[in-house]
Order: sequence, then C-alpha cells, then structure tokens
Amino acid sequence: MYDADKIIPGLIVFLIIVLFPYYYTMGRMVPAPKPIKPTKYKKCVEPLSYMRAAHMDILDAWRDEVVRHEKRVYVSSTGKEWDMSLQNECLRCHDNKAKFCDRCHNYLGVKPYCWDCHFEPNKIKELPHKMMTKETM
Amino acid sequence: MGVSRREFLKLAGLTAALGLGTGTAFELLAPGQVEAGEYLRSENALRGKRWAMAFDVKKCLANGEDCRICIDACINEHNIPQYDNPLHEIKWIWKDLYKYAFEDTENPYVSDDYKDKPFILLCNHCDEPPCVRVCPTQATFRRPDGIVMQDMHRCIGCRFCMAACPYGSRNFNWLDPRPHIVHYNPKYPTRRRGVVEKCIFCNERIDVGKKPVCVDACPVGAIIFGDLHDPNSELRQVLRKRFSIRRKLELGTKPSMFYLI
Amino acid sequence: MLEKILQGDRRYWMWVAFLLAVIGVGFACYVYQCFTGLGITGMNRDVSWGLYIAQFTLLVGIAASGLMVVIPKLLHHYKKFIDLVMFGEFMAISAVIMCLLFVIVDVGQPMRLFNMVLHPTPHSMLFYDMIVLNGYLLINIIVGYNTMLADWKGVPPPRWIIPVAYLGVPWAVAIHTVTAFLYCGLPGRHLWLSALMAPRFLAGAFCSGPALLLLILFIVERVTGYRPADEDAYQTLAKIILYAAVINMFFTFCEFFTAFYSNIPAEKHGLLYMFFGLEGYHRLVPFMRTSILAGFLGIFILLVPPFRRNRVLLGIACFAIFLWMWLEKGFGLVIGGFVPDPFGKITQYSPTLPECGIAIGIWAIGALILTFLFKMAIYAKRDGQRM
Repeated sequence: MYDADKIIPGLIVFLIIVLFPYYYTMGRMVPAPKPIKPTKYKKCVEPLSYMRAAHMDILDAWRDEVVRHEKRVYVSSTGKEWDMSLQNECLRCHDNKAKFCDRCHNYLGVKPYCWDCHFEPNKIKELPHKMMTKETM
Repeated sequence: MGVSRREFLKLAGLTAALGLGTGTAFELLAPGQVEAGEYLRSENALRGKRWAMAFDVKKCLANGEDCRICIDACINEHNIPQYDNPLHEIKWIWKDLYKYAFEDTENPYVSDDYKDKPFILLCNHCDEPPCVRVCPTQATFRRPDGIVMQDMHRCIGCRFCMAACPYGSRNFNWLDPRPHIVHYNPKYPTRRRGVVEKCIFCNERIDVGKKPVCVDACPVGAIIFGDLHDPNSELRQVLRKRFSIRRKLELGTKPSMFYLI
Repeated sequence: MLEKILQGDRRYWMWVAFLLAVIGVGFACYVYQCFTGLGITGMNRDVSWGLYIAQFTLLVGIAASGLMVVIPKLLHHYKKFIDLVMFGEFMAISAVIMCLLFVIVDVGQPMRLFNMVLHPTPHSMLFYDMIVLNGYLLINIIVGYNTMLADWKGVPPPRWIIPVAYLGVPWAVAIHTVTAFLYCGLPGRHLWLSALMAPRFLAGAFCSGPALLLLILFIVERVTGYRPADEDAYQTLAKIILYAAVINMFFTFCEFFTAFYSNIPAEKHGLLYMFFGLEGYHRLVPFMRTSILAGFLGIFILLVPPFRRNRVLLGIACFAIFLWMWLEKGFGLVIGGFVPDPFGKITQYSPTLPECGIAIGIWAIGALILTFLFKMAIYAKRDGQRM
C-alpha cells in the first residue's frame, strides 16, 4: 500500500472518533424515561402501545388532514371522535410538556420543533395578553 | 409511514397478499393492535364552492376612517406579530389608501368620496393564484372551496410566492415572530421564522361552521361573506345590486375580493 | 488525481489559507443568519429577493457559458479549443455549486429543502431549476473528470462520454432559460415580464462567462506559466465574447425602446428606477450607469482589432464585461423588479454587512473549488503522459 504511514494512523484516528461515544457510554445505565401520564383521563386517542410507537405519525397525518384536506375530526378505532389538534386536543389532557413530551424526547435526543409554533400548555399564562385595540396602536 | 386510510388499506392488502395471515397492517408498522382511524369533515363545516367577500366601502368609511376593528380582531385571533420596523411587517388584513390599493386605476380626479380614503386589503384568494403556480412544494395551494391556503409546516421560505403575488399580500417571517406578539390566542399557533404566511380566510373557522373573524367583528356589517357559486347567497345578491370593483383584474388572477362603491 | 490538491508550494497554501479564512467569516455570518433569521439581511417585505438570488442568477449564466468553449470544439471541431474545454467545464462546476449555495442561504427553512423532492410540483419553475441545475452539475463532473483522467493517462477520453457531452449543450441553454422563466412569468412584475428575458440572459451569460474564464486563465498563466490554448484561440474566444456582448446590448436597447416608446408607466418604472431614479429614489442609478458604461467600454475595446490583441486591454475589456453583467444580472435586475411594489410605493434595498459576508464566503468557496479543479487539470495536462 502506498502511503501506509499516513493512511493507517488516519484510519485509527477515524475509528477512535467514531467509536468514542460507544466507549463513553459503555456500562452506564441510563434509566428509561417515565413520562407522567394525565391522571384525569383514562384513554388516549388510540391504545397506549400504538400511541407510544406511532404518535408522531398520527400527528403528521392529522396535520395534513387539517391543513390540506379540510378534515378536522378523527374517528378512532374505538369509534370515538376527536378534534385533530395538537394544541387544543392532545395538550388538553397532556397539559405538562416538560413532564410528558420532553422526558422521552430528551432521552432519545430528538427535538421536534412543534413548539416553535404550538404553545406549551402550562406556559400560556405567562405570555402577554394585551389585546390589540385602537388605543394600543 | 403514514396512517391515512388509503395507505392503511394498501398495507392491509399487502399483508394479506404476502400471506402474513391474521395480523393487521399495523402490526407490521407498530406494535399493538389498532385499526386505522378515519378522518371526517366537521358536520358544522360551512360548505361552499368559492368563498368570497364584498366590502361595502361606504358603510366602512361611514364608521370612521380610523376604525380598525376587523384588523385588530384578526391580529388577536391569529397571533400576528407587530413589528416597529415596517419592512418586517406581517399583515393578513390591513388598510391602505385608494391610490395605493388601486394604483393601476388611480387618477387625480377621482371622487372625493374615495380620494385618500382607506380601503381594507387582504389576500384576494384568487381563482387563478400566481402564488400557487410558483410554489415549489405545494405549501400554498387552492382548496376546493376557493381558499388559497398556506401550509406553514411545508413552506421552505423561498419567497417565490412573494415575488409572484401582484397584491402584496404575502409576508415572510424575517425574524422569530414570538417576541413581537402582543396578544396570544392560545387556541391558534404562531409561526416560526423563515416561513411565509398570509390571510388564510379563517379556514379554521369555516371548517367548524363559523364565518371569518373579520366578518363577525365588523360592527356595521360592511364585510359580506358568501359563496360566489350560490346565486341566492347574500353575497351574490349584493353584487347584483351594487357596482363593485376588484384589484388588478387585467392580470387574470380573478380575485375574490369585491369592493362595493 | 485528487491527491494533487494536497501538493503545492508556499504561495498555493497561502492562497488556500486566505480562501479558507474568508469562508470562515462567511460561515460565521451564515450561522448568525440561521439563528436570527433572514431579517439580518437588507431584504424586506417589498424587496423580498436580494443579493443572494441576484448572484445566483448571474452564476447560472457563468455556468451555462461553458458552452461557448464546448460548442466550437464539439460541434465545429475547432481543434484549438481542445484544451480549453476542460477549464470551461470546471468553471461551470464551481459556478453551479455556488448557485446551489446561494439558493440554500436564501431560503428561510433550509432543512426543509428536501420538500421540493418529496412534493414534486411540475407547475413551479423552481422544480425544473432544481432538476436542470443538479443535472448540469452531474454532466460537467462526469465529462470534466473523465477528460482529465484520460489526459493524465495519455489516452483519448472514453467514447461513452461523447453523448453525455452533447447532452450538455442543450442542457446549458436549459439552465439559463429556466432561470429566466423564474422571473418572466410573474404577473405584475413588469420589468421582468418580457419574452426577451431568456434570450437576454443567455446573451449576457455568453459574454460574461467567457470573459471571466479568460481573466482566470490570464491569472493562471501568470501564476503557473501554463496556458491551455494559443493566442489564436484566445482571440477567437474574445470575438465570441464580442458577438454575445453586442447582442446583449442590443437586447437591452430593445427593452428600453418597448418601454419608452409605448410610454406605458408600468413598463417604464423599473428601467427608470434603475437608470434614472424614480420619484426621488435613485440608489441603483450609479451602479446601473457604471454597468452600462462598462459594457460599452468592453465592446469598444473588443471591436478594435489592435486593442483586442493587446493583452492588457483585452484583460480590461474582459473585466469590464464581467462587471457589466455582475452589476446588471448579479444585482440591479433582480432588485429593480421589485420597484415599485404592488402598491406603487418604493422601498430601497441595500445588502447588509453579514449578507455581503455570506455572499463573499460563497464566492470564496467557488474560488477554492476552482483552484483545486484547475490545479488537477493543469497537472494532468502538463505532466500527464501525452501521446
């Protein structure tokens, strides 16, 4: 091999960088996240196991149905009707983002940008509420 | 992987074809047993073929030239940010003088009733919208009921629609809008920086059976809302009786906003 | 071949380090833009496209202009251009990459760009722009790199690249036509709403692109002592530049005639704003007048054979013609299209410092790519096993 003196050390450095995260976390136990489920409500839109695995797909589908297909009502597998709205339906029960959404998302290192536009339910009160009127202009 | 009914049925068919037997399609996709849900329109939704508005300019002006109730109602409803810098402004519904609103027909001898008088402006929800034609992702599209909708989730912020709109009705979020919102409506989301937004004809209200918020807010009933395809609608009746003008008809965009003069 | 970019003298590494430093500054500006929003630029709700998209437009032309060295060689078998072709193609590669970068820095949600592929929209001209630009990049990489390898090995290029090279000819026309169609199909933007846009864009490209190529080749000759073609070939290229420049000037004159003889205000406003000022606003006037004067200067020098044969004057002419197009297509034409706005009001635009920093950073990236490609190409030409 030409330039083995450069290639082999290069490969070793590359492998060290790539494998470092595995080495760093090896043997460390990170406890599984425990999101706090709403207490007042018993049933989610769909069964728990499905929601856990596919809530992002439901939200994605809801978003397209509402924004693009004028449909706003979801009939679940049990026949119950839901308003397809993250902010006004999901977050009605799941009213604590930090203790519900964030726990798993942080654990998995995902950062959905829903919250750039949709409000965190427990933060709404802190937001300004100065109604626009002629006087405020 | 999506969960639309069509895709569910496709997957269900595929599962059967592959002889995967008793399980549902969702077992392939996700653990647990779930039949696909169904998506319906709200029973209360207003049904129309081409929503449009007429502005009774006389009534509007008679209520005072500085009236901005419809504009404020929209701002409060839709979390529209208020910028000090006019170059970054976000406007869904606003007003401007006749000579700007109808700059192509402006002439120095226009009647005193309208000269230097404000007109209410908003997205024209064109029948042949140039913004929809140019959008590279279908983030803006025309609904079957005539509303030119903006999908703020899909917009890549290329601003082609802003160059294409001959009415100046499109706004880009040059900065993060959140710090500039004065009144938060928790029922309606905000936008994030880097997307285009505009009047969406309150489709979120029409889809649940309410009229657009500006129509409901106007204290003198100067905004008439209705279906252009329905000959008996209030809108068509008033258009038959009164002379109306529309902005920049020569461009062939077929705007849906009528000004009764 | 790629390892050749890692071999060079002190001057070479200083140049690379300088470009990397400029790129670093540009990147810092871009990070700032990413976190704050496009509000850091001079663009606004009335002038919603600015320096980025204008530079993009100019560079599509530079990319397409590779055609002016490819056609004589490919279609007319003009032997003297044989070694120029690769340099034309490599300049096209770096120009297309810069185009794509200018689009990326211009969009508000760059991480959503893939939506254009996920939701293909054939009624949008940007959809075709995406296809033709990426296709053109691919064609030039395939043809350019294979020609270079063949040069290095001292064998004729593989036969299968010939059809690909031929495909590049209409494709180059397509990239600039589609770019013109982005502008000329918009109702209410009267400055752009002209069937002449695409022909004018092509004429402008075919003079400014080869002019830039000649300038770069002069510099390359100074620095490396290598020249890919003899004086005859350069003179031929200079005449090509001249023809394209004259046609381009004629098209500009046609735009003026239609607007001012018809006397339709909307047709006149854009041109008035650019060249004479409108309602007291004349920020673009000095730039546009410089631009048109540079154009006339370049044409004049190229028109007179003794001047054209003088290396210094030829260099000045090339620079003037490039400046003409840089100011017109790379700045004024895009800004002017937004004046006056749909309400007949005027908003003036000037780019901000970070905006210029990002643009300069992209030019530095282009220069770096060009440096690497030319370095390989010159090595292959000069030190390859010539048959």
